[in-house]
Amino acid sequence: MTSSSLNAIHQSVSRRQFISQSFAIVGLLGILIAIITLIALILQMVLQGAPKLNWQFLTSFADPDPAIAGILAAWVGTCLVMLVTVTAAVPIGIAAGVYLEEYAKKNWLSDLIEINVTNLAGVPSIVYGLLALGLFKYYFNLGESILTAGLTLALLVLPVVIVTTREALRAIPNALREAAYAMGASKWQMIAHHLLPYSMGSILTGVIIGLSRAIGETAPLVTIGALTFIAFLPESPIQPSFPFISFEWLKAPFTVLPIQMFNWVSRPEIEFQTNAAAAGVILIAMTLSMNGLAIYLRYRIRKGLKW
Amino acid sequence: MLETILQTTPLHPKVEAANLNFYYGNTHALKNINLILPDKQITALIGPSGCGKTTLLRCFNRMHDLYSGNRYEGEIILDGSVNILSRRLDPIEVRMRVGMVFQRPNPFPKSIFENVAYGLRVRGEKNRTTIADKVEKALRDAALWDEVKDRLQDMAFNLSGGQQQRLCIARALATDPELILFDEPTSALDPIATANVEDLMTQLKQQVTILIVTHSMQQAARLSDYTAFMYLGELVEHDRTEVIFNDPLNKQTRDYISGRFG
Ligand SMILES: Nc1ncnc2c1ncn2[C@@H]1O[C@H](COP(=O)(O)OP(=O)(O)O)[C@@H](O)[C@H]1O
Ligand SMILES: [Mg+2]
Repeated sequence: MTSSSLNAIHQSVSRRQFISQSFAIVGLLGILIAIITLIALILQMVLQGAPKLNWQFLTSFADPDPAIAGILAAWVGTCLVMLVTVTAAVPIGIAAGVYLEEYAKKNWLSDLIEINVTNLAGVPSIVYGLLALGLFKYYFNLGESILTAGLTLALLVLPVVIVTTREALRAIPNALREAAYAMGASKWQMIAHHLLPYSMGSILTGVIIGLSRAIGETAPLVTIGALTFIAFLPESPIQPSFPFISFEWLKAPFTVLPIQMFNWVSRPEIEFQTNAAAAGVILIAMTLSMNGLAIYLRYRIRKGLKW
Repeated sequence: MLETILQTTPLHPKVEAANLNFYYGNTHALKNINLILPDKQITALIGPSGCGKTTLLRCFNRMHDLYSGNRYEGEIILDGSVNILSRRLDPIEVRMRVGMVFQRPNPFPKSIFENVAYGLRVRGEKNRTTIADKVEKALRDAALWDEVKDRLQDMAFNLSGGQQQRLCIARALATDPELILFDEPTSALDPIATANVEDLMTQLKQQVTILIVTHSMQQAARLSDYTAFMYLGELVEHDRTEVIFNDPLNKQTRDYISGRFG
């Protein structure tokens, strides 16, 4: 090979390497911008809310006096609403996902349903609020209650659960389905003994991602009539006397953290901004711990599964 | 050929495919197959890639029912009485009697014990001692017991490829099938693991009828009692293995055996 052609190779390689490295730098910059913004936001909120981040804040009701106002009703409301959301969205979403992926015949109808479900995940949340207002509040007469709120957010989370369930099922190699059938398993046995256990890690991750979205939702809950000022807690689900469990709390009026925050932010008094920042920190802490749980569960359940 | 041999020997047919045709949608993949599997004997299916060996094998446990658009014609008679392909027969019933081992080892992502116990659980067996006994027997029959007896609760994926394939064989054996279908069971294994699995099959024919697809003619010659040669979806020749390998009637068979095509 002549030295001029070697030279040409050398130049071509270094030119292409330069482009590769430039892209790496651009990508790194993008990541840095995202991370720095996030950290700055959280940091600013923590610093601003720091004076209110104490036990008293968590155990007091809202109050016109910013110094003694707290988020008790709001965080309890958020937890209870999420409980209803999970209870409704997870079984229905998994069942729908399993049906679409394993039972439904693959034809134009299932394609249409697939496109629609995927699109549902992108519908603005206020639209779900309007749907819930008509359906749960007026048609089923469930009132402005925790139940209505939980079901509304369940509608929001449902498409995410369905889509992740389908994706998790699709990731399971067909060889495992055939292995189960070859042993004489029925379709339901195949699903219950194999598909669900193997996909549960991924499904739970999807569920928690959906919940993390729902936990910060304000618009649909305002639409169905969430209160902004509550000075009492719903009746406890666990009772000291028979039958020990009560569902009265489902009918209780409620508020949630993001609504409480919004309410405080829109006040003129500067002290309420501190309260809002502190409530934001609590909300982020709840979201982050849910994500942490998702990562942990995914790791635990997927351990030993390889494909 | 085979039919006359069967009449003159004490062997009786375990399974008999008669005028079997199979279609993947509009693709006519199996053409008028007539094949007898003698009881407690090993029958090998050989032929060039794409000739329909896997397709034929999967008719015997109605695996094709899992996908829409597949269609069988003809009969596969089990024990002279039951038509495996009958539409009134639930394929699950067939699979309770006919086991299958796949080309690539496909253990469940569960413990070694649970893999072997799975067929029993599917059948509703609850008694723990019965399950433990059958799991041990199946693992012994599959020549795997000594290697795994101290780690039955380990995940099956931690076994080597050859061990995984023997685990899959144990899984199929645990439910006492009458016929076991092997689809190129050693094609993903190294020579030593292959030898292990072959030994195992020779042992197994004491108890069960075996149909094995193989692309290795040496394997067919070593293992099987009968050999069937397929070409382009048709069964070209079927006879005792010695006959097929030493003195085949058909020219295509002779050419394939001698490596002149394939
Ligand atoms: N799922 C399928 N759909 C359509 N055609 C198929 C399918 N599986 C196999 N075939 C076709 O059927 C023929 C036989 O295939 P196969 O039984 O896998 O052959 P072999 O196992 O002998 O290599 C081939 O021509 C193949 O292309
Ligand atoms: Mg094949």
